[in-house]
Amino acid sequence: MAKYLAKRIFYLILTLFIVITVTFFLMKLLPGTPLTNQAKLSKSQIALIYQQYGLDKPVWQQYVLYLAGAVKGNFGTSFQFSDQPVSYLISSRIEPSLQIGLQAIIVGVIVGIVIGAFGAMKQNSWVDTSATVVSILGISIPSFVLAVLLQYYLGLKLGWFPIAEWGGFSYTVLPTLALAAAPLAESARFVRTEMVDVLSSDYIELAKAKGLSRMGVIYHHALRNSLIPLITIVGPLAVNIMTGSMVVENIFSIPGIGEQFVKSVLTNDYPTIMGLTIVYSFMLCVVLLITDILYGIVDPRIRITGKAN
Amino acid sequence: MDNEKDILEVRNLQVNFKTYAGDVKAIRNVNFDLRKGETLAIVGESGSGKSVTTRTIMGLNASNARITSGSIMYKGQDLLKKSEKEMQAIRGQDIAEIFQDPMTSLDPTMRIGRQIAEPLMVHKGMKKEKALKQALEMMKLVGITDAENRMNDYPHQFSGGMRQRIVIAIALINYPEVLIADEPTTALDVTIQAQILNLMKELQDKISTSIIFITHDLGVVAGMADRVAVMYAGKIVEYGTVDEIFYNPKHPYTWGLLSSMPTLDTKGDELPSIPGTPPDLLDPPTGDAFAARNQYALKIDTEKEPPFFKVSDTHYAATWLLHPDAPKVTPPAQIVARQEKYATMQKDLLAQQQQHGPVEEEEEKQ
Repeated sequence: MAKYLAKRIFYLILTLFIVITVTFFLMKLLPGTPLTNQAKLSKSQIALIYQQYGLDKPVWQQYVLYLAGAVKGNFGTSFQFSDQPVSYLISSRIEPSLQIGLQAIIVGVIVGIVIGAFGAMKQNSWVDTSATVVSILGISIPSFVLAVLLQYYLGLKLGWFPIAEWGGFSYTVLPTLALAAAPLAESARFVRTEMVDVLSSDYIELAKAKGLSRMGVIYHHALRNSLIPLITIVGPLAVNIMTGSMVVENIFSIPGIGEQFVKSVLTNDYPTIMGLTIVYSFMLCVVLLITDILYGIVDPRIRITGKAN
Repeated sequence: MDNEKDILEVRNLQVNFKTYAGDVKAIRNVNFDLRKGETLAIVGESGSGKSVTTRTIMGLNASNARITSGSIMYKGQDLLKKSEKEMQAIRGQDIAEIFQDPMTSLDPTMRIGRQIAEPLMVHKGMKKEKALKQALEMMKLVGITDAENRMNDYPHQFSGGMRQRIVIAIALINYPEVLIADEPTTALDVTIQAQILNLMKELQDKISTSIIFITHDLGVVAGMADRVAVMYAGKIVEYGTVDEIFYNPKHPYTWGLLSSMPTLDTKGDELPSIPGTPPDLLDPPTGDAFAARNQYALKIDTEKEPPFFKVSDTHYAATWLLHPDAPKVTPPAQIVARQEKYATMQKDLLAQQQQHGPVEEEEEKQ
């Protein structure tokens, strides 16, 4: 296990390195400059600013310098907010994003499992049909449309939840719902298909022949076996939530990293873009690592054991 | 042959499957008895209704199955009239089943000790520790070596033969009165087949259970069964003791089945086969369903269904050939040879009986 983990962590670092490299050069292709009012500045002023931020050097030198800094944990200073180190900028804003993201994936996956399981158990009944409708809607309605609808109806019309800003749990409800729709739909669809498959398998027949009740069969045998493949899509679901959060955080004016990411792209805030990209890739890699380990825990067939020899 | 010896009595069973094309008449009026301690083999080709019969006994038919008539009496109670809850109490306790494919019939994510112990926990309300202890005993009984360690393993860590032993252990853990074995050796290597069959026979003596043995393999039947019922197109067409079915078959379908089974005496290059395919049970033919494939078919076979004709007290066959007015036909050469062998066997037996008195009683004393 330790050997496996070490290998995975090495791959994680390698992945981050590749992401940094690709992003760095792609970012330089972005149109525009970090300067807000370029027209009002003289050539020498621009040159001075560029020199101050190290933008006068050739791109490859900038890249090497950035890497050297990043290894030491120095991700530079934001262009947008003068004198704010990127690491501080991110750490002060990551909490709302993490909270909403985690809430969304937990709510989405759990509700999705329940809906999918009921759909499979009552195959081709109205329960199943409505479960299918829910998942089609969840997949086809983009999170930003849902966000606005929730904001208008639950926030403005009914006044149940605050429509924007940040401060306490009630502020997280609407953005969480907006983000949870896609993973909910995705996992409901997935669990239903898996469960239908599992329910027609021989070992379920044997479980019934043992005299287990309907719920006993589902609980002891069907559920676990249908949930294993779901773990594989948790990674993609996390990506879905991360990208969704960029827009949703903007809609709800949440001071998170998603909102910050959009801002920094629009203002060519190179260090912040780089920093946030690293954070996003790191989170994704960690999610994938966790799902792989989880896979081994739930499915004995692919358990990583030390007694291979 | 009185009713008290019967543990299971199936009467006039008819099962249809609702499909978009119409009702498939999978079981068309099946009758049979299972006696205490015996092994009854139900033989027939794919689609003849063997498995549907056993599924109906277990109450585990697909949701589109309709039982249109009949009764299945078990200990004086009709299983077909029982609720799902009542059937759950019977399944795995009084009637257990061994499935065809051991590779897929075990839960891949549950330790096998737990899987074997489960029926005890469900039916006897046992705590896990106690149930596992009994499961361990059962694992030893079915011949799993190093059972103490292996009970914590998962199915994928076992070979096919070992898995089938586990499936047998699951079925027998509650010492069921009736064991249904649905082609338990079909998915196994031939060498393993013999082991599993021997194990089943051995355990049948220890646990004193009655077995319904479903198979399409007549070779397996000879060594396993006491009595044989031959099924064709949702009906039983002939039944009798193993010797009667093997050496004195009367139904042309049984002739066909036996002729297509190679024996040591089989000569020539080509193994005979039964021409054609089984009839479409969406719309079963009138008369004898086998008539279209039967080279001995009479005119009446296509018009009227043959009733059961008595051959002996234990042997019945549903073919018009046994009618007193039917023309005498000569069965295939192989069958004639079998019948001759049977005749000499009977003569020997008779001679022995006259010399030493009845053989049967001696056997029973043992």
